[in-house]
Amino acid sequence: MLRGLFKLTWLETKIFLREPLGVLGTVGVPILMFLILQRLGRAAPRGGAPSLFGRDLPIFAAIMVAVSAVVSLVAIIAIYREGGILKRLRATPLRPVTILLAHVLVKLGFTGLSLAVLVLLGARATGPEPTGHLASFAVALLFTTLCLLSIGFIIASVVPTARFAQPLATIVVYAMLGLSGLFVPLERLPGALQVVGRLLPMSHAVSLLRGIWRGEGWLAHAPEVAILAVMFLAATAISARVFRWE
Amino acid sequence: MSPVIQVEGLRKHYGTVRAVEDVSFDVQQGEIFGLIGPNGAGKTTTLECVEGLRTPDAGRIRLLGLDPVRDADALQPRVGVQLQESHLQKRITVWEAVDLWSSLYHRPVDGTRLLEQLGLQDKRGAWFMTLSGGQKQRLFIALALIHDPEILFLDELTTGLDPQARRAIWDLVRGIRQRGKTVVLTTHLMEEAERLCDRVAIVDHGRVIDIGTPESLVRRHCPERAVMITTDDTRAAALLAACGSVSHVDAGVRTVSVRGSGDHLLDDVLLCLSVNSVHVTGVQSQSATLEDVFLRLTGQSIRN
Repeated sequence: MLRGLFKLTWLETKIFLREPLGVLGTVGVPILMFLILQRLGRAAPRGGAPSLFGRDLPIFAAIMVAVSAVVSLVAIIAIYREGGILKRLRATPLRPVTILLAHVLVKLGFTGLSLAVLVLLGARATGPEPTGHLASFAVALLFTTLCLLSIGFIIASVVPTARFAQPLATIVVYAMLGLSGLFVPLERLPGALQVVGRLLPMSHAVSLLRGIWRGEGWLAHAPEVAILAVMFLAATAISARVFRWE
Repeated sequence: MSPVIQVEGLRKHYGTVRAVEDVSFDVQQGEIFGLIGPNGAGKTTTLECVEGLRTPDAGRIRLLGLDPVRDADALQPRVGVQLQESHLQKRITVWEAVDLWSSLYHRPVDGTRLLEQLGLQDKRGAWFMTLSGGQKQRLFIALALIHDPEILFLDELTTGLDPQARRAIWDLVRGIRQRGKTVVLTTHLMEEAERLCDRVAIVDHGRVIDIGTPESLVRRHCPERAVMITTDDTRAAALLAACGSVSHVDAGVRTVSVRGSGDHLLDDVLLCLSVNSVHVTGVQSQSATLEDVFLRLTGQSIRN
């Protein structure tokens, strides 16, 4: 059923690594942002720094990793479609789902890698220690990324050209980020924006990651997991309907 | 022998665009069959329906006796496809592509030998983006042949290639036919169709106008030939005007050109000149081409 998945995933990983700018953008930017914010946070007087520079920094960095995975996936799918690569791959025994799954796996792989680098850097800089289990946090991040990727697929499905795909994906995910409760607590937003924020997956992702980072159990965050899972299924179903191969 | 491809009354519209209106043709095993016509005639859509990449609105297609869409899984190992204006990942190497394709089929041919046959052995490690147009097309032919298919579909194979690369690819396609494969191709180059195809279907505005060998189409629709004779003999024009198959004579300075139809025009002209002892220093005979046939059938030149 998924013949060629392993080979294609490995091949796409190699191809991705051959484009230095893409790697820098996807893996490097979140890490760089983490380092800068960490430095700013330490420079600020004790207790005076916004929580983003201190307590929430790991969450923010993790979310940035997921966000760059999404933007990168949307760009790649758009480029592949515009160049007729998707069409050529589809004219083989490769299943369409295999082609797309390979890209998702590559993105999840680099998400895991970025997270590992962040943890190492965080530990070296004696940043905020996680109270929860790191493996749990990694699982939560990969799950969150998967959900965001499924929304990325909707964007990749409706955008006609590669030139618009990346900017549009960037705008959408950053708008979601603004209403995620990471920068401003959701309760402090105007009512309408609060509703929008709660309808978007990012707020639930932030809440889940925050909780797991603090060491609260998965059970305590079952609602977020359920909401994200439903959103993932809905987004996957929508993209399956609207996705265009050429 | 029953045909390997049967298309009957194929129709495919995209919204208000009537890409294919009514297309029917048969392809026999072991022949090179061409769909010819200008850009936008419906050639590619027709081919993609036969390949199973598109679902027709109406009509019946049998590919090796099977339905291209419903029986896609059974057909994939038996059919090779080269798509128009296709690309691969910019930074995939030639060998990685061949290796990936090999892994997708049960009984692939030896990829290294295939690359040698296509003259790509030195490009094994080269990224797709660094290949020339001709090299890319040869790679796509390699990928289409990797599983040793019975039928090969080639869509606008030589578009954008220089004449030398084009000739090399024609030789390749002839070699594929020699191994008993059936080739179906589309082209808007009449020279390509004439030199390569055993039979062609002329397609325009989504309809097949006529089908046959290039020679039979020319004989049927443009039977006229022109013969240019270079001679100092002033009697030539008058003598030729009286000659059997000749319908029109143009006398120039030291040249006479005659036009007429029928298989015997050249015989009649040469006989007439020889019987009357006309000293001739040059003879040039021109028959119509598919280009002329196309012009006559559609009222437009294929180049526009």
